[in-house]
Amino acid sequence: MTAPDVFVKGKPFLLEARQITYVYGRGTPFEKTALDGACFSVSAGEFAGIIGHTGSGKSTLIQHLNGLLKPHAGQVLLEGRDIWEKGVKMRDVRFAVGLVFQYPEYQLFEETVEKDVSFGPAAMGLPEADIRERVSEAMAFVGLDKSVAQKSPFDLSGGQKRRAAIAGVIAMRPKVLVLDEPTAGLDPAGRREILGHISEYRRQTGAAVVLVTHSMEDAARVADSLTVLAHAGDVLRGSLKDVFAQRETLTGLGLDVPAVTRVLLRLRALGLDVDAGAYTTEDAIKAIKEVSGSAQSPSLC
Amino acid sequence: MLKDITLGQYFPGTSLVHRLDPRAKLILVFAFITALLTANHALTYLVILLYLALAVTVSRVRPSALARGMRPMAFIILFTAVLNIFYTPGRPLVSFWIFTVSAEGVERAVFMALRLLMLISCTFMLTYTTSPLALADALGRLMSPLAKIRVPVHEFAMMMTIALRFIPTIIEETDKIMSAQKARGADFETGNLFRRAKALIPLLVPLFVGAFRRADDLAVAMECRCYHGGGGRTRMKQLRMTGVDALVLTGSVALLAGVSALGRLGWFMR
Ligand SMILES: Nc1ncnc2c1ncn2[C@@H]1O[C@H](COP(=O)(O)OP(=O)(O)OP(=O)(O)O)[C@@H](O)[C@H]1O
Ligand SMILES: [Mg+2]
Repeated sequence: MTAPDVFVKGKPFLLEARQITYVYGRGTPFEKTALDGACFSVSAGEFAGIIGHTGSGKSTLIQHLNGLLKPHAGQVLLEGRDIWEKGVKMRDVRFAVGLVFQYPEYQLFEETVEKDVSFGPAAMGLPEADIRERVSEAMAFVGLDKSVAQKSPFDLSGGQKRRAAIAGVIAMRPKVLVLDEPTAGLDPAGRREILGHISEYRRQTGAAVVLVTHSMEDAARVADSLTVLAHAGDVLRGSLKDVFAQRETLTGLGLDVPAVTRVLLRLRALGLDVDAGAYTTEDAIKAIKEVSGSAQSPSLC
Repeated sequence: MLKDITLGQYFPGTSLVHRLDPRAKLILVFAFITALLTANHALTYLVILLYLALAVTVSRVRPSALARGMRPMAFIILFTAVLNIFYTPGRPLVSFWIFTVSAEGVERAVFMALRLLMLISCTFMLTYTTSPLALADALGRLMSPLAKIRVPVHEFAMMMTIALRFIPTIIEETDKIMSAQKARGADFETGNLFRRAKALIPLLVPLFVGAFRRADDLAVAMECRCYHGGGGRTRMKQLRMTGVDALVLTGSVALLAGVSALGRLGWFMR
């Protein structure tokens, strides 16, 4: 994986949040500063991860990206334009930045899956034929079989419901697809499958994707860049390699590098000259094979 | 928008008013309202007002919070006052066209507005300083003698407790679902009445489905803990009237009843 061109100077971001500050319940005794000067950006076609422990403000941050929350300080720029500027239609922003909430299955409401998925495109005022095309395309992207299209969404399994809800946002063909913990509460196979579908969607459409997650492994598997949130702000921002190189900072925040990287680091500590920069299982195997090939340590593997 | 609902909101605290036995508080509110409604003399109003001011000061409830709660009522209060100014017959102060303002009218308007403001403040003071659960508990306990005549007091109290417990949950859920549907282009704010009503479907369906799911879960959870109605049930947190509670209660009730009775009996000089 190459570092995304986010880091090229002068190139405008597709979507950028600058110094966002947000206080829940402002003016009441229950005030709570969820964000304090947090920054985030994503370029066209980039797969950006947002990671942070519970309550670090991930969900709050992404609700700023499509204008659901208005920042108390700071700006959100979509293609260089402040979305809170006069003359910007908020609904256009919502269609350009598709947001999938945490546990999206609880927002299904239509009689059939097909109708539910077409809610977004219908709200955009598209002609019937377009809507139908987008719906079947979106359902294919999330791996939902055609046979469930006419079923009630309430008759689906949990994982299927989740995928139907994601399809409902994909069907709007947003320029940026933002997902808040799409794998929460799924088993490892279910997680891998959903992440696979999302990566595939990104590859085929070239849309930018923002993934909020708790899991370093998930982030390492699919993301190009990573933003680490803590203490109501962004603590680390950069390519995966750069972020994972900051192991002390990560552990200080109660996070850690992915498990495979930990294995490599441990091997290094035991005296094996292995490259500990790998963060996916495949890369790690490669790195280990390289050193074991040179037969320094025959007891390995 | 939904977060602006302050009616029934509880601001936790540790003041004397917060710690007062909720039963005592309920009785106090009842006494306060009775005194307020029977008051017919400026002095009575003054004493009641001072009593309320004292309660607000002791409770450390911010007056701005009270004012915020009163805002939705402002129109009704103003309307009542204006009606009273013009429609009370008596000594004319000024008159123009068909309207006559009488001295009695002004006096009555002021008292009427004051009465409404204090009425609202007092109920807000109750809900601001008493957790909904404590309130439901207290109501159940105060009504418990009715169980003798086969009123299902325990069931009512339990229903109320559960309803109160889930109001914040449902509000939060409503907010979440609204955001999620807005993210898909739902529009709750524009259009004519019919369109707006239709726009509520994507909100109401998931909300009801969620409420039923939650009710189911709760029923199972209660059954798992062997809940079988009120018979033989005891409480972990017993309400207990302390000496302070009794003192505040009897003192306040005596004051409020006394001052309104004195006013009624015409003991204050007119
Ligand atoms: N509607 C709300 N009202 C008041 N406070 C809130 C609200 N939503 C979130 N918060 C608070 O804001 C902070 C950030 O919450 P947020 O939901 O953004 O965290 P998160 O990183 O998404 O956590 P998680 O990983 O658990 O989803 C938390 O401390 C939370 O208690
Ligand atoms: Mg969250």
